[in-house]
Amino acid sequence: MDLQATQPQPTDQRAAGKILASRQRTERRASVLFKGLTLFPILIFLVILVVLIARSLPILQQKSLTDLLFGQIWRPSEGVFGFLPFIAGSLWVTGIAILLAAPVSILCAIFLSEYAKPVVRTTIKPLIDILAAIPSVVYGLWGVLVIVPWVGDSFAPFVESTLGFLPFLQSKNPTGYSILSGAIVLAVMVTPFIIAISYEVMRTVPRGYHEASLAVGATRWQTVRYVIFPRVASGLAAGVVLGISRAFGETMAVLMVVGNNPNIPKSILDAAYPLPALIANNYGEMMSIPLYDAALLGSALLLLIIVLIFNVLATLVLRKVTGKGQE
Amino acid sequence: MENHIQIRNLNVRIGNTQIIHDVSLDIPDGQVTAILGPSGCGKTTLLRSMNRFLELTEDSHITGEVLLDGKNIYDQDVDVTEIRRRIGLLAQRPFSLPMSIYENVAYGLRIHRVNNSRNLKPIIRHYMELAGLWDEVSKRLHEPATALSIGQQQRLCLARGLALEPEVILADEPTSALDPISAQHIEMKLQELKEKYTIVLVTHTLRQARRLADHVVFMYLGEVVEQGSAKEVFENPQMERTKAYLQGSIG
Repeated sequence: MDLQATQPQPTDQRAAGKILASRQRTERRASVLFKGLTLFPILIFLVILVVLIARSLPILQQKSLTDLLFGQIWRPSEGVFGFLPFIAGSLWVTGIAILLAAPVSILCAIFLSEYAKPVVRTTIKPLIDILAAIPSVVYGLWGVLVIVPWVGDSFAPFVESTLGFLPFLQSKNPTGYSILSGAIVLAVMVTPFIIAISYEVMRTVPRGYHEASLAVGATRWQTVRYVIFPRVASGLAAGVVLGISRAFGETMAVLMVVGNNPNIPKSILDAAYPLPALIANNYGEMMSIPLYDAALLGSALLLLIIVLIFNVLATLVLRKVTGKGQE
Repeated sequence: MENHIQIRNLNVRIGNTQIIHDVSLDIPDGQVTAILGPSGCGKTTLLRSMNRFLELTEDSHITGEVLLDGKNIYDQDVDVTEIRRRIGLLAQRPFSLPMSIYENVAYGLRIHRVNNSRNLKPIIRHYMELAGLWDEVSKRLHEPATALSIGQQQRLCLARGLALEPEVILADEPTSALDPISAQHIEMKLQELKEKYTIVLVTHTLRQARRLADHVVFMYLGEVVEQGSAKEVFENPQMERTKAYLQGSIG
């Protein structure tokens, strides 16, 4: 080939310069566009936060925070807005759901990550992930059709007659629409979620740690117990916290089975009224009552802040744990 | 001469790739056997067949026998944890367990419950001395093991393995992740340990093999090309491939 022809000519140089400039222009535009689109969700979040604060200001200005957060009575028509029954309802339902879900989820993640043969893992893991995609209203229906009758007809009478002397197991509510029903439905809903996070956390442990333990003749359980678990414990805890935050905000499935009674529950068989259910059931109705709108938006703000705190904490821990896996 | 480990017609396939082709070998006792060969020739796979570590690899298929005192370690009735107690492994990179320096060495003893006495300290000390680590860490036994340098961690891993009094030590390129001085430490230890233990060393450094090996196995593409005493193989290799490798023209 003629060497001369491969040398860039002056006119070619100018054309090449033009192409380069145009390429750089496109690159800059793309970068700005992507940056903008990435910031968009954050912007939306800020708008939500500002709107919630602004719209709940009327009640925050008229009532003290202690009255709102620790007030035990909810009578909007009389202008009494105590959030405590709803906060307590959320805490009960979430707490029991996590007590049911966390051990099962973590053991399941340990099985999938450490024990399961590849065939089993690649079959079961996607199935569990699918469970997380079932619409919550479907879980709610299942709760109404299966869990509520079971709690009302079988579990409550049985527990009442055997362990009824324990205050938190007494039942004055024969319907089955109760904290326990809500917690069972929630537990089933957050289990795939906690399994997925725990599994990812377990997989960040380099194979070398397994091998170091197995090489001296440890069993798989000993390896999990003494070598893997200490390395991932904080990550598993973070997964559970994310599960809590998810359970705390879950609305539909819970409100369908929990009874929605604005009293402070004393037993897991009592009906309760969690915060998200309060907002979903009442917003848009009886808006002529003064401060009602502000009270509901205030409770939404409260819900958002609680869930946000859980999420931030868990994310920080997870970042630390998964970072450790790459050392 | 006794042979603790004998390999008979070993074939290893991972997925659809045959890694080891019909290997038969005797590992002489009380010597350092070096397995040599270019990358990907199956050295590490062969080593990992000897403590049943291959079964940790997904989709691995093993046929043939690995005999330990005449008993095939792949037999159904063999307890794999017992095999791994008797055949220790020093890995390429040190992985210290998430516990103190002391507990790292005690780990094997505890999980096998070989010694129930509450005070393991004299035993721990003995094996740390054997691994040449005691003087450096005796004052900070209860600090986390991750505080040690990588060279110290490798000697800690050696002490952890030795504490179980294995009969055989498998060493998989044990110095490749270390600085020259730490590497020299480990080499010196292996040199001393061969008095008492049978050592199988996988190495990609020819010079290391020359320094340490009594017996040499040369592998190429999953087959054993040549084996014999270090003197014979290094000074008078019989096979063309071995010659080429020793001269540096392959590998």
